[in-house]
Amino acid sequence: MPDFRDVFSVAYAAGLDGAGWLQQRRLEAAEAVGTAELPSAAEEEWRYSPVAKLSLEAYLPAPSGGTNGAAGAGDLLGSLRDRWGVLSALVVTFDGHLVSTQITPAAAAAGLAVRPLGDEPEPAGALGGVLGEPSDVFGLMNDAFCSAPVLLEIPRGARLTDPVAVVNVVSAPSLAVFPRLSVVVGDGAEAQVVNAFLSGPQEAFVVPVAELTVGPAARLQYLTLQELGPQAVGIEQTAATVASQGHLAIGLAAVGGGYARSRVDCTLSGRGATGDMSAMYFGDRDQVLDFRTFQNHSAPDTNSNLLFVGAVEDRARSIYSGLIRVGPEARGTDAQQTNRILKLSEGVWADSVPNLEIENNDVRCAHASSVGPIDEDHRFYLESRGVPPDVAERLIVEGFFGEVRGRLPVQSVAAGLDEVVRAKIGPGR
Amino acid sequence: MSQLSVEGLAANAAGEAILHGVDLQVSAGEVHAVMGPNGCGKSTLAHVLAGRHGYTVTAGRALLDGRDLLTLSPFERARAGLFLAMQYPTEVPGVKLLDVLGASLRAAGRSPVAADLEALLSTEAERLSVPAALLERAVNVDLSGGEQKRGEALQLAVLRPRIAVLDEIDSGLDVDALRAVARRIEEAPTEGLGVLAITHYTRLLGVLRADRVHIMIRGRIVASGGPELADELERTGYERWDRPAPAEVAVKLGRSF
Repeated sequence: MPDFRDVFSVAYAAGLDGAGWLQQRRLEAAEAVGTAELPSAAEEEWRYSPVAKLSLEAYLPAPSGGTNGAAGAGDLLGSLRDRWGVLSALVVTFDGHLVSTQITPAAAAAGLAVRPLGDEPEPAGALGGVLGEPSDVFGLMNDAFCSAPVLLEIPRGARLTDPVAVVNVVSAPSLAVFPRLSVVVGDGAEAQVVNAFLSGPQEAFVVPVAELTVGPAARLQYLTLQELGPQAVGIEQTAATVASQGHLAIGLAAVGGGYARSRVDCTLSGRGATGDMSAMYFGDRDQVLDFRTFQNHSAPDTNSNLLFVGAVEDRARSIYSGLIRVGPEARGTDAQQTNRILKLSEGVWADSVPNLEIENNDVRCAHASSVGPIDEDHRFYLESRGVPPDVAERLIVEGFFGEVRGRLPVQSVAAGLDEVVRAKIGPGR
Repeated sequence: MSQLSVEGLAANAAGEAILHGVDLQVSAGEVHAVMGPNGCGKSTLAHVLAGRHGYTVTAGRALLDGRDLLTLSPFERARAGLFLAMQYPTEVPGVKLLDVLGASLRAAGRSPVAADLEALLSTEAERLSVPAALLERAVNVDLSGGEQKRGEALQLAVLRPRIAVLDEIDSGLDVDALRAVARRIEEAPTEGLGVLAITHYTRLLGVLRADRVHIMIRGRIVASGGPELADELERTGYERWDRPAPAEVAVKLGRSF
């Protein structure tokens, strides 16, 4: 019986390009992949997940060497400019290869550095410094097979006015890619970063890892855009750490994928740090959207405000599971967690599981979740004003997303989500 | 000329009979007031006419220009020309009043271009002393009771229905706002509007001139008359009418014997 480890092997890792330190790192992780087990839904972190149904042996690794995707990247660039407006920098990976890195002169002058890690001396902690040891086989696979890791550095005091966009495109059928991004924002610096994942209509396996380091009094707005194709499987992890008085806003917009999972861990490690999270998701047909969040307060006077808002339609499923942990040292913590799900069809299924682990008494923690269909009173009110039922439903769904859409980081890019949601709601409404 | 004709309307809410055969006729250009004590079925009448969920019609008809509203969806009733100003207008998070009115006008074939819609809305907002900012806000969300009621009156003015049911439009409004709303309603009948104003107090009738006054007790209209009926009510209160009908007395007496 074929096993994904036959292909995603030490030999494959050894064939990937890169500096010695990176190759060494990959080989160690590839060894570990060889003996790792797929997670089971019996584990709390994978509860309700259809992980057992994945057939990883169906995917192919990206061929080493060049790609002809550079031309496609040029077209993409133009269309993204229309959608997103002015960018400080654009980094494109195409079928697992880094094909384009562009920085505006203004951003370069402000100090922004985009560093492909394949051919650099090892920058301390750029990989694994925030995430630590991977907690599952997917994290290990990213460590082992990330072909083009990229580091974004925003040095101390630098302020970027326009967002940096990293766009990861998968075009070849059945391809497995392992995008890897590290963002380091220095003391008092400010930046906005978008990390986007797109794939075509065919099968794809997309396993990204992102690590975010927000320095003292620094500010980072970070938005993950998941617009994978309907056959794609996406298993994404974002890990962040925020230093004293730093401010991080992590956003997640998830509309694509057959099975798409996002795990976001945010550790508030310095006094007065803030780590907010927001997500907007919409699943239809047979999509399964799976979210795990960890608000980890390990310093005094830290704040985290989480708002996840999603809709599921047809036979789609959504899973949300979130943990707030307040360590004994984190007095004065203020942590909020809200999850709202709108069920637009009878056949959908949505889970929402909040968890609290609090080891200090001087804290303010609250969680709330709601799962339900469109409120009949809302529908009646609009219809009784002469709004047709299909339009009323569309207005209500758009309105349901309004608050979180306004709260997502990188608003210039998040604004484009209105169109995406409208398309999801469909012309029938 | 439009006419709402309610005939023998009976309805249940949560399995309990609330309306026991209501008859009313409201023609374009007329203002009718339905008055009654708490719990007499006034709001049920308003909701049943508009088609709100949670009620079951057990008998009767409600014809608007010959079409039985009771067979139509809430949207179709609105399209037929019915408007309900709610006693407690529903908060609809994230949905702007501007978008609601735009969608409704488009559905009615009054497809205004954006500039015309804006002009229409700002004119009406001014007439009702509604701050234009209200249009950009989510419908009824975080508004005071008075702002909500002015919003309802604004919608009435913009949507130009044939028949408007006003459920306690005066509650929550201060005197000035009440006058502005009443003035707007009184101006409307020249456009051919029929009004069914449901109210608990005679206060509304101090500013809104009613052509006909109906008194509703325990799910029935027990008295109808001209404006003088409201004056009488002001003097005597509802108690005079709030007694079981002779038939019910007979039944009760029969039971107790």
